[in-house]
Amino acid sequence: MSRKYHVATTVNGDEYEYLCEPQQTLLDVLRDELMLTGTKEGCGTGDCGACTVMVDGTMICSCLMLAVEAGGKKVETIEGMAKGEELHPLQRSFLELNGSQCGICTPGILIAAKALIDRNPDPTETEVRYWLAGNLCRCTGYDKIIRSVLAAAKEMRGA
Amino acid sequence: MSTILDRSGFNPDKKLKIVGTSPIKHDGIDKVTGRAKFGADLFLPGMLVGKILRSPHPHAVIKSIDTSAAEALPGVKAVVTRTDFPELPKGSVAGDMSRNAMAREKALYDGHPVAAVAATSESIAKQALKLIKVDYEALPHVIDPVAAMKPDAPILHDHIRTKGVKDAADKPTNVVERLELKMGDVDAGFAQADVIVEHEYDTKPMHQGYIEPQGCVATCTEDGQVELWCCTQGPWVFRDRLTEILKIESSKIRVTQSELGGGFGGKTGFYPEPIAILLARKSKRPVKIALTRGEVFRATGPVSGTKSRIKMGVTRDGKFTAADAELVFQTGAFAGSMFFNAPQAMFTRYDLKNVKTVSYEVVSNRPKVNSFRAPCVPQVVFGVEGVVNELAQKIGMDPLDLRIKNAAAEGYKTIYGETFGPIGFLETLIAAKNCDHYKSPVPQGQGRGVAAGFWFNRGGETTGTLNVATDGSITLILGTSDVAGSRISISMMAAEELGIPVDKVRAVMADTHSLGFNRVTAGSRTTFATGMIIVDSARKAIKELCKRAAGIWGVAPEAVTFEDGHCKPAGANVGEFEPLSIAQIAAKTQATHGAIAGHSEMNVTGAGPGFGLHIVDVEVDRETGRVDIKRYTVVEDAGKAIHPLQVEGQFQGGAVQGIGWALNEEYFYGADGRLQNASFLDYRMPVASDVPMIGTEIVEVPNPKHPFGLRGVGEVPVVPTMAAIANAIGNAIGIRPRSLPMSPPRLLKLMDDADAK
Repeated sequence: MSRKYHVATTVNGDEYEYLCEPQQTLLDVLRDELMLTGTKEGCGTGDCGACTVMVDGTMICSCLMLAVEAGGKKVETIEGMAKGEELHPLQRSFLELNGSQCGICTPGILIAAKALIDRNPDPTETEVRYWLAGNLCRCTGYDKIIRSVLAAAKEMRGA
Repeated sequence: MSTILDRSGFNPDKKLKIVGTSPIKHDGIDKVTGRAKFGADLFLPGMLVGKILRSPHPHAVIKSIDTSAAEALPGVKAVVTRTDFPELPKGSVAGDMSRNAMAREKALYDGHPVAAVAATSESIAKQALKLIKVDYEALPHVIDPVAAMKPDAPILHDHIRTKGVKDAADKPTNVVERLELKMGDVDAGFAQADVIVEHEYDTKPMHQGYIEPQGCVATCTEDGQVELWCCTQGPWVFRDRLTEILKIESSKIRVTQSELGGGFGGKTGFYPEPIAILLARKSKRPVKIALTRGEVFRATGPVSGTKSRIKMGVTRDGKFTAADAELVFQTGAFAGSMFFNAPQAMFTRYDLKNVKTVSYEVVSNRPKVNSFRAPCVPQVVFGVEGVVNELAQKIGMDPLDLRIKNAAAEGYKTIYGETFGPIGFLETLIAAKNCDHYKSPVPQGQGRGVAAGFWFNRGGETTGTLNVATDGSITLILGTSDVAGSRISISMMAAEELGIPVDKVRAVMADTHSLGFNRVTAGSRTTFATGMIIVDSARKAIKELCKRAAGIWGVAPEAVTFEDGHCKPAGANVGEFEPLSIAQIAAKTQATHGAIAGHSEMNVTGAGPGFGLHIVDVEVDRETGRVDIKRYTVVEDAGKAIHPLQVEGQFQGGAVQGIGWALNEEYFYGADGRLQNASFLDYRMPVASDVPMIGTEIVEVPNPKHPFGLRGVGEVPVVPTMAAIANAIGNAIGIRPRSLPMSPPRLLKLMDDADAK
């Protein structure tokens, strides 16, 4: 068995320590060691976006980051998106406008959409489409996802 | 036992309070918070990681497998190979399923499982796979189905003789079946035609493309009781097939469905599940297998590729006179493509009396195909709707008018024997003609295409239960997998029938021990059939509620009627009683005759056929060959949209899957027979920036056999897509493509070849 490394990190504001093998990805550790299974594996090669998380404020595919690299960093996942009983406006708009069908791509898309709105509170439809071009969805045809993101952005602007 | 509600109770004038609205689905909160548990999301104490060794050869005899070194590796708890599977006859349905799950005599495609291990970590499992020695004798292979039909082609199975051919030579072939389906007299029909168009078409296999790779966890006790957690479109079908191939009694296999991260037909059959069970049985520990995307591409799905020749005739004034087709379906390494759907559905929607079809199903060295929305139909409609458009052009008629003139209506006898009841094809076409998209002028530099599609819609064996809690709220036990929101639609129908708010209803998905048999969620059947089962269950519960109310009031049960969620005296002469709500009656069940519930099982019939018409505007970049979808509208008859937002989602999702199939998706096999694009980077499905908003027009021509008029909307939205896009491209560049995908290099070649002429 390969040697394991001890890593300390912060996930959704909580401090975690874990042991991981050198080749394990952040996605592997989130799911298999920390049991945070809201982050999904759709491809393992950074092509589908189902494993999208934030690391120190940067949006990444967690399947492309080694678990050891997360040491000392702040990781945000779908499990930290709602604050207590208060859903994030994106979560609410995805519910109300049916932006989630089977739901497997939804966590990654919500994380990515939040990253967009945080940097661009008033995105156009085209900007939303290009920003989410790294997040595959096979159910919805994207229509209701785009509408959900635009509606949440509008609500967050107080428009 | 009836197969349909004797009195559906469908009443077009009934004011519906819940059906037709779009409440938030009850399972939605788990999906937007990451709480929803999919196939790979279950963890059990002591769980091992299972990994599968796959053949690198497209066709090879497996001479021997040596697993001793893998078994000796510390941390490896079980290794399984073909010898762990019961031997079943070659060519039997179970024999094929077993051999697809694990190669037996031969490996038949790149990625075919040959062995598997369970170990304490993923890295150990991967290391163990490398220690397994498989001695292969590579054989010549064949990928293309037409090449596989040739007399000198490499033969996959020595037992196959073509079914449906009289006096076939007694020698092995790759042609599994020849199926002829006809009606009327095509020669006489073509003799009446003023214009005949005939072309050859081909379509490529595509993958269902669900974002969730297959994932499962199996456990097995020392006395042989199996529990299987997996993502599936049919827990009962999985269980019964596992019983067949593993020889374990069904009562000892409990299949629990996870949330399903997309299936589209691709999760109607199992892949790693039997292997996980055998590893769990050997190791006596829980075993999880989660496929990688590469494994999904190499060894699951895809959809049949086709070659077809299609011919139709029309009179100068626009009446179709005859249709003729010859179709070849690639089924992968094993039979079972459901190719028979195609000749039944390809022309069905037009008032044709003279039709002849000959279809072939052919094996080749690729993964066995699996279902996909309207299995085997969109591929051939790609050609049919191209011919229809060309006929319209040749006689100078608007393509929608030609379809309107030939639309089948109630009373039409189909080629497969059904006589249509009330159908909404004409209404769909007229709605399309009147919609903003069709009425708007085609923008400069763009081409517009239309195409129509049909799907039977299905019923089938279905079971469900409705329980009344003592506080009057309702729980439903459903067996048909929820692939896109059927739980909320079925809950809405229960609430409507019971006259209570939908928030008082919650549905759970049953495991296979908790309900009787349920057929797979497929063929647009679930919301229709399970909806009917739950309405029937609600009516049984209502009958019992009335009985209890009668008991409380001391009157005869017939003297009580149920209305707006309350039991009421049926008439003034019954006596003066305050209406009793479900909650009031349920609160007294302990004092009356105990719990109130309704249960129903039926082999549901009465599905209402579905029809759709797609309109698309495209722009073609003449320098790069890239097609830009500028505007897209799906017009389709839903019968009744129970939850309109979800119906729109079905329309939009289906259209975009079709856009991918039309413009990009295909497999590349090397000369070595190995798949070269087994990733989402190289197998390019549509992304958000590839497509526009998808317009929808929901037509509602009710199916009177369903209590709310529902038809089913899962399949039709894919059926006309590729044809509509090809017709649009044809109008944009003057050449209608007849081969999929219409990717930039192929379109560029098409335009260059035309320019060279």
